[in-house]
Amino acid sequence: MSGNRFRSVGVAIALVLLATLPLWVGNSYYINVASQILLFAVFALALNVLVGYAGLVSLGHAGLFAIAGYAAALMLQAGYGHLAADTAAVVITLAASAIFAVLALRSTGIGFLMITLALGQIIWGIAYRWASLTNGDNGINVATRPAPFGINLTGAPGFYFATLLVFLLALASMAVFVRSPFGASLRGTRDQPLRMNALGYNVWLIRFFAVLFSGFWTAVSGLLFIYYNQFISPQVAALTTSAEILLMVISGGTATLLGPVVGAAIVVVMKNVVSAYIERWNLVLGVIFVLIISFMPDGLVPGSVRLWRWGWQTVRARLDGWISSPVEEHGR
Amino acid sequence: MTALVVQGLSKSFGGLRVTANVSLTVAPGERRLIIGPNGAGKTTLFNLITGNITPDSGSISLFGRDITRVPSHRRPHLGLARTYQIITLFPHDTILRNVTLALLGLLPLRWNPLVDLDRKEAIVARAREALARVGLDNIAERPLSQTSYGERRRVEIAMALAQNPKVLLLDEPYAGLSIDERQDVQKLLEKIPRDVTIVMIEHNMDVALDFADRITLLHFGEVIVEGTRAEVVADPRTREVYLGD
Repeated sequence: MSGNRFRSVGVAIALVLLATLPLWVGNSYYINVASQILLFAVFALALNVLVGYAGLVSLGHAGLFAIAGYAAALMLQAGYGHLAADTAAVVITLAASAIFAVLALRSTGIGFLMITLALGQIIWGIAYRWASLTNGDNGINVATRPAPFGINLTGAPGFYFATLLVFLLALASMAVFVRSPFGASLRGTRDQPLRMNALGYNVWLIRFFAVLFSGFWTAVSGLLFIYYNQFISPQVAALTTSAEILLMVISGGTATLLGPVVGAAIVVVMKNVVSAYIERWNLVLGVIFVLIISFMPDGLVPGSVRLWRWGWQTVRARLDGWISSPVEEHGR
Repeated sequence: MTALVVQGLSKSFGGLRVTANVSLTVAPGERRLIIGPNGAGKTTLFNLITGNITPDSGSISLFGRDITRVPSHRRPHLGLARTYQIITLFPHDTILRNVTLALLGLLPLRWNPLVDLDRKEAIVARAREALARVGLDNIAERPLSQTSYGERRRVEIAMALAQNPKVLLLDEPYAGLSIDERQDVQKLLEKIPRDVTIVMIEHNMDVALDFADRITLLHFGEVIVEGTRAEVVADPRTREVYLGD
């Protein structure tokens, strides 16, 4: 029980820190960095559904992310309201996810990876080349941020709180999903697809729904992204985006709730903060990834938990030694 | 009424005929033993019956229903369960979760993304019951990675039994077991009520002889001999297959 209480206290502290972040950070630049971390964390959580829980590594998620962004940006440009544009963007991304799934789920492992990579590149190609639709390299401006229930999201704190709310919803949906029978089914298809099939599970359909679930949160993070930047260009759909998100998931720890969040924080901080001081920040990021993979191959979050337990046990063993040895002497 | 009928089943991989015109009729409650040397096509026959492999020709029916074209993941819902020769379990989960997954496979609950599986006490209690049947309820919470080979064999069987199958396919349930463990599994299998029809593959004839009502001998994908225990043992072709010329 003490472990659970420990966890509840940790969650409460984290929530308080997150909810009051604009107060103690103050500087709007850093509040914006925090917003970026949270929106990329939503994206990484979405990808983790496939990479971590389904065992399907996708390198095409930037394509889905960009589809949501472009769909909303184009509809806003055409004069539709935010609600209509965002809803349509999510629906279109879900449809695209379904197409991705039908094509990519013909295989798993490297096959799945290569098909998603190809599909992502097709989306990038369309964004880049179909200039009459996407305005090519010049991208599309998103004139305004939405004002849900009259709340102004123009300033950094306002946008941060909106992003935080979406992030917490995403995290909660993951927590519920992981413990649910469907979550157990999905992990089963990752570990023993053959046995799952023999137990009466429709492995293909379970994976299909997982791609849709992942696609949904990818779409939501794509919307946060265009509202944050108020701009979208083909760069968003590039392979580097897919790879970056995948690195977030792997470095933080696949199939964990917090791993993708930690991974997102590392990458975003490197890109935005460290890059101001170190010109070759990419090199630093690379070294960090190599260190993580070398010393904590299952990711930072599981690795730190192990390190913590090991440290705690060592300390306790020492303490026990100190406490018990005088008693022994006394006994003699 | 018959439990399982296989008619003229054939399957080739390239030029290799692994199943050649196999026909079987298994009565309800029967214990059928399928024997044959390595590479006789015994496991392939199971894979055809469960639908993991599609036959080139022939048909399979379960209690009078033609299941040749039924997708493999639907067949467990019709009362067909199997175990694997090579242990195929969920290594990251506890024994209890392994059996829970077996139960969940037949329930619509498996699609539910909103409830907490651990709080579905009815299904967890049923999983414990299934484990009690194989004598593993005392270590239900143990992660599978910390169990012995013999225990894993019993988990395999517990998972199949948890689904209350009408026809149970056992693929070499004694493979790799010590003599003591083998006796445990033997007792376990003898306890299975007669409303479950069992088809068992065994490579080693002596081990499972007592268990069988009827025996089918496969060789190079073909049925060589079929009959009662005494008939098959006495048949000169059995000796030929097993002992060579």
